[in-house]
Amino acid sequence: MLSQTLQYFFSGLTNGAIYALSALGFSLIYNASGVINFAQGEFIMLGGVCAVMLTAAGVPLPLAILIAVLVVSLVGLMLEKLAIEPAGDADVVSLIIITIGASIFLQGVAQVVFGPGQRALAPFTGDAPIMIFGASLLPQSMWMMGTGALIVLILAWFFGRTRLGKAMLATAHNRLAARLVGINTRHVLALSFVISAALGAVAGVVSAPITLTSYDVGIMVGLKGFVAATLGGLGSGLGAVVGGLILGLTEALAAGYISSAYKDAVPFVLIILILFFMPRGLFGARASERV
Amino acid sequence: MALLEVEALSRSFGGVHAVQDLSFEIEQGKIHSIIGPNGAGKTTVFNLITGLYRPSSGRVVFDGVEVTGYVPHELARRGMSRTFQNLQICFNMSAVENVMVGAHLRLDQGMLGSMLRIPTVARRDAECRDEARELMRFVGLDRYVGAAADSMPYGALKRLEIARALAARPKLLLLDEPAAGLNPTETHEIDALIQRIGDSGVTVVLVEHDMKLVMGISARILVLDYGRKLAEGSAQEVRGNPEVIAAYLGGSVEAGST
Amino acid sequence: MDRFRGLAVLALIIVVLPLALRNSYHYDVAIRIGMNATMVVGLNLLIGYAGQISLGHAGFFGLGAYASAILTSRYGWPPIAAMISGMAAVGVIAFVVARPILRLRGHYLAMATLGLGIIIYMVLVNESGWTGGNDGMNVKAFSIFGFSLANERAWYWVTGAVLLVAIVLARNIVDSPVGRALRAVHGSETAAQVAGIDTARYKVRVFVVSAVFASAVGSMMAHYVGFITPQVSSFFHSIELVTMVVVGGMASTYGAVLGAAILTMLPQLLSRFEGYEMIVFGLILMLTVIFLPRGLVPTIAARLRKSD
Repeated sequence: MLSQTLQYFFSGLTNGAIYALSALGFSLIYNASGVINFAQGEFIMLGGVCAVMLTAAGVPLPLAILIAVLVVSLVGLMLEKLAIEPAGDADVVSLIIITIGASIFLQGVAQVVFGPGQRALAPFTGDAPIMIFGASLLPQSMWMMGTGALIVLILAWFFGRTRLGKAMLATAHNRLAARLVGINTRHVLALSFVISAALGAVAGVVSAPITLTSYDVGIMVGLKGFVAATLGGLGSGLGAVVGGLILGLTEALAAGYISSAYKDAVPFVLIILILFFMPRGLFGARASERV
Repeated sequence: MALLEVEALSRSFGGVHAVQDLSFEIEQGKIHSIIGPNGAGKTTVFNLITGLYRPSSGRVVFDGVEVTGYVPHELARRGMSRTFQNLQICFNMSAVENVMVGAHLRLDQGMLGSMLRIPTVARRDAECRDEARELMRFVGLDRYVGAAADSMPYGALKRLEIARALAARPKLLLLDEPAAGLNPTETHEIDALIQRIGDSGVTVVLVEHDMKLVMGISARILVLDYGRKLAEGSAQEVRGNPEVIAAYLGGSVEAGST
Repeated sequence: MDRFRGLAVLALIIVVLPLALRNSYHYDVAIRIGMNATMVVGLNLLIGYAGQISLGHAGFFGLGAYASAILTSRYGWPPIAAMISGMAAVGVIAFVVARPILRLRGHYLAMATLGLGIIIYMVLVNESGWTGGNDGMNVKAFSIFGFSLANERAWYWVTGAVLLVAIVLARNIVDSPVGRALRAVHGSETAAQVAGIDTARYKVRVFVVSAVFASAVGSMMAHYVGFITPQVSSFFHSIELVTMVVVGGMASTYGAVLGAAILTMLPQLLSRFEGYEMIVFGLILMLTVIFLPRGLVPTIAARLRKSD
């Protein structure tokens, strides 16, 4: 009984780590630009796909990971420069549609380059499960959780301690004021896409051995990341992490105890309930409109 | 008889008291003004009366009924109408359609009837269009009767909001800085327009930053400062009030120096 | 008379088009265009006129399709009764969820509608006892009073007529006090409220109407194709529908028709290049919003007016 619950717990945290990274990507871009980037999931997909292709071509894993992250970061930068910036002051609906277009475009490219099938990346450090109180934990799960935790720490340091990070926070808080004190908000915008893309790529690479990867895995992970970000309150970094973990756990427990067929529906039921009763998420600020 | 009674109205935003313990009455059939320096809480008072904000405490009684906390469309139904300092124009419509929006409550709102375009709906809508054109002429927008809202200059849009508010045939019309951003000629014309509206029997409350504009046309003036009532009375009384002079002239000097 | 000009042009196109349709494949594409256009005309009321996004309308389409499929195949209902029941049920579901959903704005509204669509999709996939799950299910041919719509030609005329009726209904709404209220919700929700418009109520009404349009077309499509899978209610299908609205032109009824035509033909033209379909689709979506933010028909109309 305990081992069963623990097993769900492990699986929830493993997936939750990926949702948290995806949600952080959403929140970063949302803070810098007010855009909800529906292509966030494609960063994750591209990270996994690049790593699989590179290792298949004989590139050693660490180098493959590095290249994958760089490539996806570049894709993030191009997305911002070529699609978001030219749209100017488009309204929310238009921006949502642009990023959805980007998402479909990237899926199309991946399908052409990578092919339609599913492929897996070899686990980083073997696939012999570790037994803890009767529950098994894959080494790759530990990689996923560890990487997730490490990235959260790095981001906390970046936004709390570095000038650049603080400049990004300032921009999120008040773009005009940030511009007045000399922050180049355009660079901040571009940087937020690059960081989000890099986050996505890392998430994609570490999860590829477990979840497998194909050109269309991005949609679901991306949407769940959006759910996690909304759950925690859009734009809140802590909220994104907590939202991601809650989502992963809820999903795993619901799959285990209620119905595994409806596992993928859990996040959406959860988010609709949250939005109905707490329209700004768990940690979202309450903003009142000025008339 | 008082058409609108405001009793001990307060509203704070995150600890800042935008409006504090404010009481006043608006008499039927007269032009009233609320004046005060920038940030005195004038627009907040309007937003509280028209239901866009909920008061932290206090009561609003309109036409004999307590309406505290009513949502805007319920207040509109009871005969309240307003304009906005920072325009609220529907730029996705023509000018005359903007005015017709104001007449919404007097038209058939059935979905099915609209979908099937039953003759009464269509006829009534055509009449409404004529009335709206008439109102545009009344506020001096003859030139723009056939225009799209997004092709009109700022001054014309301010009048368009007044026409829209009048289309509801309100008992009480609240005008939020109708002359802000206008040149002296336009201000003078707006002045005359408000006078004409008042003469037609509509009770008008005017929020204004510029004291000169309101002096000539207002039966009563309420002066606000930091969300509180500073003075209330006729133009003469207010003009002679030393506190008003101190608070308000200070503001004017600042405004004059910019 | 302005009201009827566009309608007359479209009616003429529908009447003349069969001269250019050489084979049943051509008819098939034309019928799909007509059905998609009908649905998008309804969705445009919500997105284009009232300014409320929905990323879940394929869900309502799917519910309509499965209502028809299940009621006619398993319970032997007459197709028209099944279709109307589907529309009524979808109307009720849309009504129940609309108020809390449409209280949300922007991203949150997008999220909630998206979630709703995905939940419907998953129900259709998982309740395989009813729906056949991912294997899909067969749907009987449409018949009414003993007449059955058996060939493409019959479907073509029915679809054309339904499209024209849908356009008349939609145009009537747009040109009525209700339509003005919807556009006011989009233009300035504050102004609308102060003018006495119960904006929440109007959002609910237009949401329900657009959902019922989607359900009706879902039923038609199910009978026409004869076989449905849960993919009809997928997220991607919802996006396709939104794209049709955006490409053709927000707040333009004929724009919706053009958008439906372009995006229905596109996959047919691109089907030879597997994978490139998505690339082109995504590009069109991005480029339209960036360079023609108002969509094709309104942009062209504005150009024409200028050159007059």
